[in-house]
Amino acid sequence: MSRKPYLRKMPKSWWLARRSYTSYMARELSCVFIGAYSLLIVVGLHRLSQGRDEYGAFLDALQSPLSLVFHAAALVFALIHTVSWFSLAPKAMPLQIGEKKLSGGPVVLAHYAVWIVVSAGVLLVARI
Amino acid sequence: MDVIETDVVIVGAGGAGLRAAIAVAEADPSLNVALTSKVYPMRSHTVAAEGGAAAVIKDNDSLENHFNDTVTGGDWLCDQDAVELFINEAPKELTRMEHWGCPWSREPSGHVAVRPFGGMKVERTWYAADKTGFHMLHTLFQTSLKYPSIKRFDEYYATDLLVEDGRCQGIAAIELRSGQMRVFAAKAVIIATGGAGRIFPFTTNGGVNTGDGAVMAYRAGVPLKDMEFVQYHPTGLPGTGILITEGARGEGGVLINNEGYRYLQDYGLGPPDPWPRKKAMELGPRDRLSQAFWHEERAGKTVATPHGQAVHLDLRHLGEKKINERLPMVRELALSYMGVDPVFKPIPVRPVVHYMMGGIHTDIDAATPLAGLFAAGECACVSINGANRLGSNSLTEILVFGGRAGRGAVEHVRSGGKDVDRTAIEEQAGEAQKRVAALFQKADGTETVVGLRKEMNHIMETGAGIYRSKESLEEACKTIGELRRRYADVRLEDKSNVFNTDLVQVLELGSMLDAAHVLAHSALNREESRGSHQRLDKTERDDETYLKHTLAHYTGEGDPRLEYLDVKITKSPPGERVYGGAAS
Amino acid sequence: MTEQTLQVEILRYRPETDQDPAFQTYTVPYRDDWVVLDALNHIKDNIDRTLSYRWSCHMAVCGSCGMMINGEPKLSCHAFLRDYYPNKVRVEPLANFPIERDLVAVTDDFMEKLESVKPYVIPQQERAVDEGPHLQTPAQLNAFKQYTMCINCLLCYAACPQYGLTPDFVGPAALALAHRYNLDTRDAGREQRQEIAASNEGVWDCTFVGECSQACPKSVDPAAAIQQTKIASTIDWYKALLNPWGKR
Repeated sequence: MSRKPYLRKMPKSWWLARRSYTSYMARELSCVFIGAYSLLIVVGLHRLSQGRDEYGAFLDALQSPLSLVFHAAALVFALIHTVSWFSLAPKAMPLQIGEKKLSGGPVVLAHYAVWIVVSAGVLLVARI
Repeated sequence: MDVIETDVVIVGAGGAGLRAAIAVAEADPSLNVALTSKVYPMRSHTVAAEGGAAAVIKDNDSLENHFNDTVTGGDWLCDQDAVELFINEAPKELTRMEHWGCPWSREPSGHVAVRPFGGMKVERTWYAADKTGFHMLHTLFQTSLKYPSIKRFDEYYATDLLVEDGRCQGIAAIELRSGQMRVFAAKAVIIATGGAGRIFPFTTNGGVNTGDGAVMAYRAGVPLKDMEFVQYHPTGLPGTGILITEGARGEGGVLINNEGYRYLQDYGLGPPDPWPRKKAMELGPRDRLSQAFWHEERAGKTVATPHGQAVHLDLRHLGEKKINERLPMVRELALSYMGVDPVFKPIPVRPVVHYMMGGIHTDIDAATPLAGLFAAGECACVSINGANRLGSNSLTEILVFGGRAGRGAVEHVRSGGKDVDRTAIEEQAGEAQKRVAALFQKADGTETVVGLRKEMNHIMETGAGIYRSKESLEEACKTIGELRRRYADVRLEDKSNVFNTDLVQVLELGSMLDAAHVLAHSALNREESRGSHQRLDKTERDDETYLKHTLAHYTGEGDPRLEYLDVKITKSPPGERVYGGAAS
Repeated sequence: MTEQTLQVEILRYRPETDQDPAFQTYTVPYRDDWVVLDALNHIKDNIDRTLSYRWSCHMAVCGSCGMMINGEPKLSCHAFLRDYYPNKVRVEPLANFPIERDLVAVTDDFMEKLESVKPYVIPQQERAVDEGPHLQTPAQLNAFKQYTMCINCLLCYAACPQYGLTPDFVGPAALALAHRYNLDTRDAGREQRQEIAASNEGVWDCTFVGECSQACPKSVDPAAAIQQTKIASTIDWYKALLNPWGKR
């Protein structure tokens, strides 16, 4: 038998090979920050339930340099997360009216619109 | 040598081969089918057909119309019993394709839509945008996956038919990935390997269209019929030969010369209406349009391009919306390969070799004179195409006769009853293997595949092209004869086993030279002009002598032995082919 | 004037003599209307008869000639030299598939996966030929038309890192074709296809890199097909959860 198919291994650094792969990995990594931040809020709520002093100490801890760095990073990754997923949304939600398939633009815009409305709602509630 | 035992082996897995396989599986699921092809099924050249498939379904049309258009288009060389059967089965076959999921284009009501094609009195071409062949091939391929009795052998190059006791009992084929020869022992064999357009330099045909199957049958003693008839498609891109579908003219595209003049009106195809009149002008038959180009070129009225002379196919007046909707592939091809956007500029086009009307001699059941051997599609000649195939009949033909070949094979297996003579066919396959091995052992041939192929391409174009003459054909016969002799010294440079494409090209060249040989001799002997066979020295049709099919028999190293067979005329006596205003 | 030339670097692998693949460089004439396939044919015809690759139609519809060209999966008949000139062009076999030889990849895996998703009409009830064609409006046709355009060139598999990392993944083209039949008004086979399509190796192995749709030369958008299948499968799951007695 003279056949000897050669299997190339994917290098560990495959995600650096192309920009699009790298930005995909950034999107994947963003989940870690989103998850960590959600956990932080849960901890905060827990502290709040324990009483004023505990919650105060939690808020103080948030002022630490390490926490600030984490927040900055979380914000960046949250934005990556949002923008990249919103831009992919039309693929999951195709719109067709009659014969015509619509472009993804309206779906993406609708996502941003909902995001802004919800954010505004949250801020409004926070003010009260 | 490995032997694969099966009931039916099919060579070629394009439209006709797949349709045949499905027909066998449906007629008798207990029979095993080995579907072999030198490429994966979806790479077969059916994929490149664009325009559509003809069948009568609309109330304004009739079977009579389809019959007449086909027979007239074929310049009365069609067998009329075959045409009658073909037009009757056509709507059923296309309906079956619809049931299998073919995405036919639709009318707003949801009914299948049809479009006009060249040489048609009434529009009757079913289409799937301008990718009809692609959709049909994939529908057939995907549907074939449903049947467990169909076993595929992808990328096997068949070299020989194994014939013993006057019956075809299998094939020898090389598995390309290993380079090993295998025997397929079968009670029936179906050849569906397509055309041989690659013997010409400018062709719409893909690299795979080298006539292997037809020549394999020819070498096994089955005659090739009407090989002198080669259809030029009037609108191919210069250089690459990429096809610009007739659908472009069906939608209203016009052909103009270097003066911006719709020259077809000078060739009995007028009047030049601003709208697409059926059977007139740009919707005249393919042979007439290609011949008109030849005259325009002689008159210096063509346009020079880097790849030779051309005329212009003008679609601009259709507008961007219609072009995008109906002819998206045309726009894409013109943009990519010519750098021309048909919305704004006319596309340079020229006639290019498109289709071989001739092929393996079969009857209306797709059976050849060799017991157990069937053939269908472009490699076969029933003949429903006569001297010039009507546009959009070929996609329908692969279904109708592919299906008949499959059912015929089942019938043969059931009634033939005799067992395969294993010893005899293995011995024959051993001989086939020795021939291939000799190529490997030969120290150093003096001839190259590329050199021989170029010479063959050149002489076929100049000697047996759109217009032919006694002198040009004699020259072609002589040259091809020499090339065949020189082929014995061809050099195989790649001596490895795994996926040896040099070997494939050497074998393909052998097939092409034999096909070209038959073509040139058949053309030389037909001293008349009929359909696509136009002789400058014999300009008239001669029904007295040549209302006959040519049958070419293999004689080994010598010239083919030619015989003639009467054309079957049932209800349409030979008449004048009338196109243009006079036809409506 | 000297002829303009272009360097083409090709990953060669001849299993009978080579241990590993290695690049070999050829110099070909440069023509602005040539595609990479023309350069390969030039090499095969004039320089090196031993170079192996697949091709046929030269018009981007047969799907034979998918290759990695400068690291991107492309049809070599549709990759123009003018887009690379004067830089050299690097040609490799399709990524994520074993190499049979030179530029020929072993693609059996795809053929098996395609078959596994039952890419054919599974009707509610067999329809006789005499009953004629189904009615299907242009709108109904357009709902699935784009997914019928797949030429099985496998560029999407070469673009998909998930397929490279998880070879069991059914993959973009096969899943897009399953979706194509699911959306066809003539078909009632979705449930049968879900067995594979909605399995772990089916749509759920997809992490939505989206590169398949970028690589697709026919704008099939397999990534969209997969995400839509995910949503439909999720809805199935909730329906089954809320109504355990209902028909699955």
